[in-house]
Amino acid sequence: MSVAAHGETIAAVSNYIFPNDLHVHWSLMIVLYPYITGLVAGAFIVSSLYHVFHIKSLKPVARFSLLFALAFLICATWPLLNHLGRPERALSMMLTPNPTSAMAGFGYIYSAYFIVLLLEIIFIFRPVVVALGQKATGGMKALYSVLAIGSDNVSAKAMKLDHKIIAFLAAIGIPMACFLHGYVGFIFGGIKANPLWATPLMPLIFLLSACVSGIAGIIVTYILIMKVSGKEIDVECVQTLIKFLWGFFILDFTFEMLELFSHFYMATHHWHTLDALYSGPLFNTFWVAQVGIFSVIPFFLLMFMSLIRFKDGLLLFFAPIVSIMILLQVLLMRWNVVIGGQLMSKSERGATTFHPMWLEKEGILPAIIIMVAPVVILWLIGKILPFWMDDDGIEAA
Amino acid sequence: MKEIVDIVDIKKEIKKDRRAFIKNVLSGTIAGSLLMVIPAGAALDQRLPEQLPGMRGNDSPFTEKKFAFIVDVTACIGCGSCCVADKNEYNVPDGNYRTWVERYIIDDHDEVFVDSPNGGLDGYTKPRKDIPNPVRDTFFVPKLCNMCEKPSCVQVCPVGATYKTEDGFILVDKKRCVGCGYCIQACPYSVRFLNPVSRTAEKCTWCYHRVREGLLPACVNVCPTHARKFGDLNDKKSEVYKILREPHVISVLKPDMGNQPALHYLGLRREVV
Repeated sequence: MSVAAHGETIAAVSNYIFPNDLHVHWSLMIVLYPYITGLVAGAFIVSSLYHVFHIKSLKPVARFSLLFALAFLICATWPLLNHLGRPERALSMMLTPNPTSAMAGFGYIYSAYFIVLLLEIIFIFRPVVVALGQKATGGMKALYSVLAIGSDNVSAKAMKLDHKIIAFLAAIGIPMACFLHGYVGFIFGGIKANPLWATPLMPLIFLLSACVSGIAGIIVTYILIMKVSGKEIDVECVQTLIKFLWGFFILDFTFEMLELFSHFYMATHHWHTLDALYSGPLFNTFWVAQVGIFSVIPFFLLMFMSLIRFKDGLLLFFAPIVSIMILLQVLLMRWNVVIGGQLMSKSERGATTFHPMWLEKEGILPAIIIMVAPVVILWLIGKILPFWMDDDGIEAA
Repeated sequence: MKEIVDIVDIKKEIKKDRRAFIKNVLSGTIAGSLLMVIPAGAALDQRLPEQLPGMRGNDSPFTEKKFAFIVDVTACIGCGSCCVADKNEYNVPDGNYRTWVERYIIDDHDEVFVDSPNGGLDGYTKPRKDIPNPVRDTFFVPKLCNMCEKPSCVQVCPVGATYKTEDGFILVDKKRCVGCGYCIQACPYSVRFLNPVSRTAEKCTWCYHRVREGLLPACVNVCPTHARKFGDLNDKKSEVYKILREPHVISVLKPDMGNQPALHYLGLRREVV
């Protein structure tokens, strides 16, 4: 028997998976969970760039990104609840948490972040809400009264106080957004039994990819809504968003590759498992899709768009394309981390397979519903709080 | 005439005695049967004989014990009795395994072949036919919960449903478990699964309910070659104490994980993960 044939036979028969490792326990829902929280954290960063760091050109999307973050934050727990075997006991995580569990913190971090985001939205939109409340009638009037937290005082003195509160909330919101998503990375990064997850870089990579996905999400929805509603797009705003997207993506992509390179270079006994994974079951979704198509192409596109002054039409043509590619890159990254990590058996001798079904409880259809829901919620929010109106009642565009 | 009367009386007496005798036998049988089903105090303990010394009668000895499990890899014949006993004891759903037995085959090219069809539940009755080279060595490795001193599953459980008892057992409270699966991800040994019926995490308990009653774990009880051993390390007469104290080749699985398992392997081979 030739050596090559021998090697092939060995590869085929020595693929041993621990009997309990055949099933991938964390499936599509747990792919979506960090994806949605990432969009939230990223969108909040966009808003903070204007409200805290005073990047003036981002004014058109500063308010919209907060509402975008809220819509996705409302849905962030949905995939988790759908995933739990016993969702009726979910509140036990907050009522009787185990302090050593990374997962037990999510309820608190999520709630705290929700409160800060909601308060910031209330204070930023208060003058608009007061103005709208004066024109509204019936149920809407009552709703605006609630949203204005019972105060219709929009005097210069009151607004000065509001702005102080807004600046404070936005300022504490940044570390909270970073913590929220860095923490989600730690849920995976803290699992020592899984060599793909167990890296201190995991929270950082999750955080950077969150920023990237949030900025890309804002670019796509901003341009889309403006095009659909026939309003003028603020090109300078898009240009600035593209520059920030490139900046964050440089960091994100570099750390993703550094993480892999470190594993390769250190070549501990885990490397042969990871190597088999990346060159086997993850070859297409990681090397071809995540890295080849959806990282390298957007990387150079973003570079050209940031360094060369594109004509407006060209910029607005490429901006949504590159943003959608980035959104897919981050989704693929979540898939490759969450699903990829579970494909390797802890036997260190083989990999299982995962094929999501359409109609199962955690299948493709529920995943689509959960991803569409925030868009619907965002549309509903838009009916109450106008995305583009500033304090003077002027449409931003 | 008098003699005849006497004989009749004697016969009557015998008849009387026979009745009494039969009565006594009957009542004795009934009473005995009743005693079998109605426990009548410690003096008439009808339980199975105690397999773990000093476990009955007093509550305190239990926490004074330090239990260990030893698997003798050189003794296992891969019959699958342990897996059958385990499945019967816990009604383990098909496709999930609280314990399983792996078959290792090493050929003369030093290639390692591992399999565990149906977790070894059906026993390894037929040799593998797909080994391309002459077989150099073969052995079986039973797997079960490692009962870690520093259990990852307990660390990550968000609601404390997986916990460590005072006597060192790692158990799952299926009335608290939320079924998030974090413990399944965290266990380096993949001994956990999500029970499809209760939708909660489940794993081997070293038969805690039996041990508390002074009985050996079900798998230890049925092992025909004594490859599975269980006992108290604080009992200097116990077999596990002697094995761990004497100069045997003892190892644990994945020691670099830092979990410090209480499951030890006697004669473990380096090929085993």
